[in-house]
Amino acid sequence: MLGLNKKDFSLLLVVAALTLFAPFILNPFPEGSGMAQFNAGYPDLMQRFVIFGIFAIGFNILLGLTGYLSFGHAAFLGVGSYSAVWMFKLLSMNVIPAILLAVVVSGLFALVIGFISLRRSGIYFSILTLAFAQMSFNLAYSVLTPITNGETGLQLTLNDPRVLGQSATADGSIPVTSLFGLEMRSTFEMTLGPWLFQFNAGYYLCALILLLSFYLSIRIFRSPFGLMLRAIKSNQTRLNYTGLNARPYTLAAFVISGMYAGLAGALMASMDPLAGAERMQWTASGEVVLMTILGGAGTLIGPVLGAGFIKYFENIFSKINDTVLHGWFEFMPDGLENLIVGILHPFIGKGWHLTLGLLFMLVVIFLPGGLVEGGQRIAKLFRRKKPDDAGDNAQSTPAE
Amino acid sequence: MSNSNFTRRGVIKSGAIAGAGVALPTIFTASSAAAYTNEPTGGSVTFGFNVPQTGPYADEGADELRAYELAVEHLNGNGDGGMMNTFSSKSLKGNGILGNKVEFVTGDTQTKSDAARASAKSMIEKDGAIMITGGSSSGVAVAVQGLCQEAGVIFMAGLTHSNDTTGKDKKANGFRHFFNAYMSAAALAPVLSKLYGNDRKAYHLTADYTWGWTQEESIKAASEALGWETINAVKTPLAQTDFSSYIAPVLNSGADVLVLNHYGGNMVNSLTNAVQFGLREKVVNGKNFEIVVPLFSRLMARGAGENIKGILGSTNWHWSLQDEGSKAFVKSFGTKYGFPPSQAAHTVYCQTLLYADAAERAGTFNPCGIGEALEGFEFDGLGNGKTLYRADDHQCFKDVLVVRGKENPTSEFDILEVVEVTPAEQVTYAPDHPMFAGGALGNCNPGA
Repeated sequence: MLGLNKKDFSLLLVVAALTLFAPFILNPFPEGSGMAQFNAGYPDLMQRFVIFGIFAIGFNILLGLTGYLSFGHAAFLGVGSYSAVWMFKLLSMNVIPAILLAVVVSGLFALVIGFISLRRSGIYFSILTLAFAQMSFNLAYSVLTPITNGETGLQLTLNDPRVLGQSATADGSIPVTSLFGLEMRSTFEMTLGPWLFQFNAGYYLCALILLLSFYLSIRIFRSPFGLMLRAIKSNQTRLNYTGLNARPYTLAAFVISGMYAGLAGALMASMDPLAGAERMQWTASGEVVLMTILGGAGTLIGPVLGAGFIKYFENIFSKINDTVLHGWFEFMPDGLENLIVGILHPFIGKGWHLTLGLLFMLVVIFLPGGLVEGGQRIAKLFRRKKPDDAGDNAQSTPAE
Repeated sequence: MSNSNFTRRGVIKSGAIAGAGVALPTIFTASSAAAYTNEPTGGSVTFGFNVPQTGPYADEGADELRAYELAVEHLNGNGDGGMMNTFSSKSLKGNGILGNKVEFVTGDTQTKSDAARASAKSMIEKDGAIMITGGSSSGVAVAVQGLCQEAGVIFMAGLTHSNDTTGKDKKANGFRHFFNAYMSAAALAPVLSKLYGNDRKAYHLTADYTWGWTQEESIKAASEALGWETINAVKTPLAQTDFSSYIAPVLNSGADVLVLNHYGGNMVNSLTNAVQFGLREKVVNGKNFEIVVPLFSRLMARGAGENIKGILGSTNWHWSLQDEGSKAFVKSFGTKYGFPPSQAAHTVYCQTLLYADAAERAGTFNPCGIGEALEGFEFDGLGNGKTLYRADDHQCFKDVLVVRGKENPTSEFDILEVVEVTPAEQVTYAPDHPMFAGGALGNCNPGA
């Protein structure tokens, strides 16, 4: 269906179901209970899950298929954000023109950077992209301040022209981003007993775009173009000897993944109209590499899982503090309670990087194929009767 | 696709729709009942403390968090009450706010606008925070202030010194207790003139971002008004750690004062380099070479160690002040944590108390009510003497301290000595001053 084979189609359906029901799935614990701390079903984080999912899907088209490791993809994310915010400032608060401009501008930017960087491969390519990204970051931070507003970040003001919209609403505040009148921040709250579920318009727009991006990525993976990219990954020299010029293919892949990053940047700006230079810093580029590897590079759904995993840690674990811990272990005798809180202290709150790092090491050491490999191993336990199928999967790129 | 598969999905789907239908009436009651974002229900109210726990300003963030916890303790009637006893407004009773127990959530801004906004958003959307406070960098403060304006909650700024926070980026829902770059310059100028004379030649090294620029602009304007000449102003990248290449040209420039518009680690490194180059011992134009650091903090001074001795700067508050408010605060902070608080801790403690007091006086947590209660509010007893929260830009006006690195420190905390307390009138400026122009408060936004 939709030009996909049965397996890919069912994968698409699974992703669609997951994104559609995310407000339920991510909010398993009732409000006010001790475990509510671990709920992730609030609009901002759900938006981040899908936006970084899109970013990682795009990155995976480059890393997973061609094997080129770009360390500068955050630059495209930043360029996308800046273009989108400028559209909100100059044109209107509708997200469609902002997203379109962001994708086009980041595509052009990727074309220029890719044209230069792809003259080299391997580590040299990584360093070139890293250099370009750091350059963009530093420019955005200081020299280009008239365009980027430097350290403070580009924000909307009451004085922006917004030629197709309004500079300020009737009650004198800055208008909010919308899709033809549907406000991105509007949230529909549903109370079911002790549970509170939030359905956010912006989230569903992002989710829809994620599904489209995911579909497009499946089509690219299964297309002759995708096959050519895989050929480049497995042996570029051999490809050259057969008389094929690999560079147009890698450049195309680079531009496509740059456009995905721009799309993600535009969506970030659409959900929250601000663009900061930190979005382009090398740590942000490193983050998407981590997401892709953590989830499983070269697999379709891996990057989305990895993105969700990292964002969950960043937003949920960093907010657990000692007071919360004391709340959990209240029932214990005082000495024991303090001991346990003392042991856990380095791993929560500001220590979330440490926890994430440990988990990342565990995944890379024991599950080199990422979270997807973990899922496959579990699936294999339940489905021992078809070993051939699994072997076949492992040889080619794991597809789910 | 087989039929049986389809019907199973159908059953689940129709089940979900039926469930949503049953729940529908409650949705409308839930959304229409709230008069403003996160109206507290159930006897408790949640504050969001959004501070840098990682990154270059983690020290300041940790100290801020300590002060916040202390403030919450005092608001709920535990501890010794701290500055609540010396505060000129007596609305706070130590029984929470408007009878609601104060609870708090914390988050890590990482000193990045994006992360700070994500963290603040999760506090508002997930934890139901009614007020967000914190920040240890102007960029972050401005970004979070904008977010709070959109979301309809109050933002009480922490450590942010840029003119822009209450200048071109000011917002109706945002309030700042801390002083700013203009005030630093206005407070320093008379002292500089008195100690170093009026015919000096200054050389600026400036951190290349918004705060550095407003700081440089302010100091230049103030010192040139004294008759000083600005020889050169060089921008240094924020990530710079070795400033030797920037210090060397100072030696032959003919300048006799070096102004370091740096903060945090930048300032520690640049000052150390300057001292290593022997600038302090130099005599230029027949005068001793001097170094000025416009914004000082105790945490920074400790990082710079010996090099800080005799260097002039300005600060919002210092723990050695002898008024009743400062003494009460230092005592309760010291009792709980074993060392004196920094200026960052002081300003966020004041902000929490000021918010609580405004809510108590307004009789509501509605951001618009709180805004009205804070605008034009005059108070005393919070360690800075008589203070005014100006209605035009939501900036506090109070005395500014000019401090100097102590020659003979008695402890690792006793590093700075107060040279002069510049009265509030001297650092007050018109709301439409050119350095603050270009923004508008807009209207208060209660959200929902």
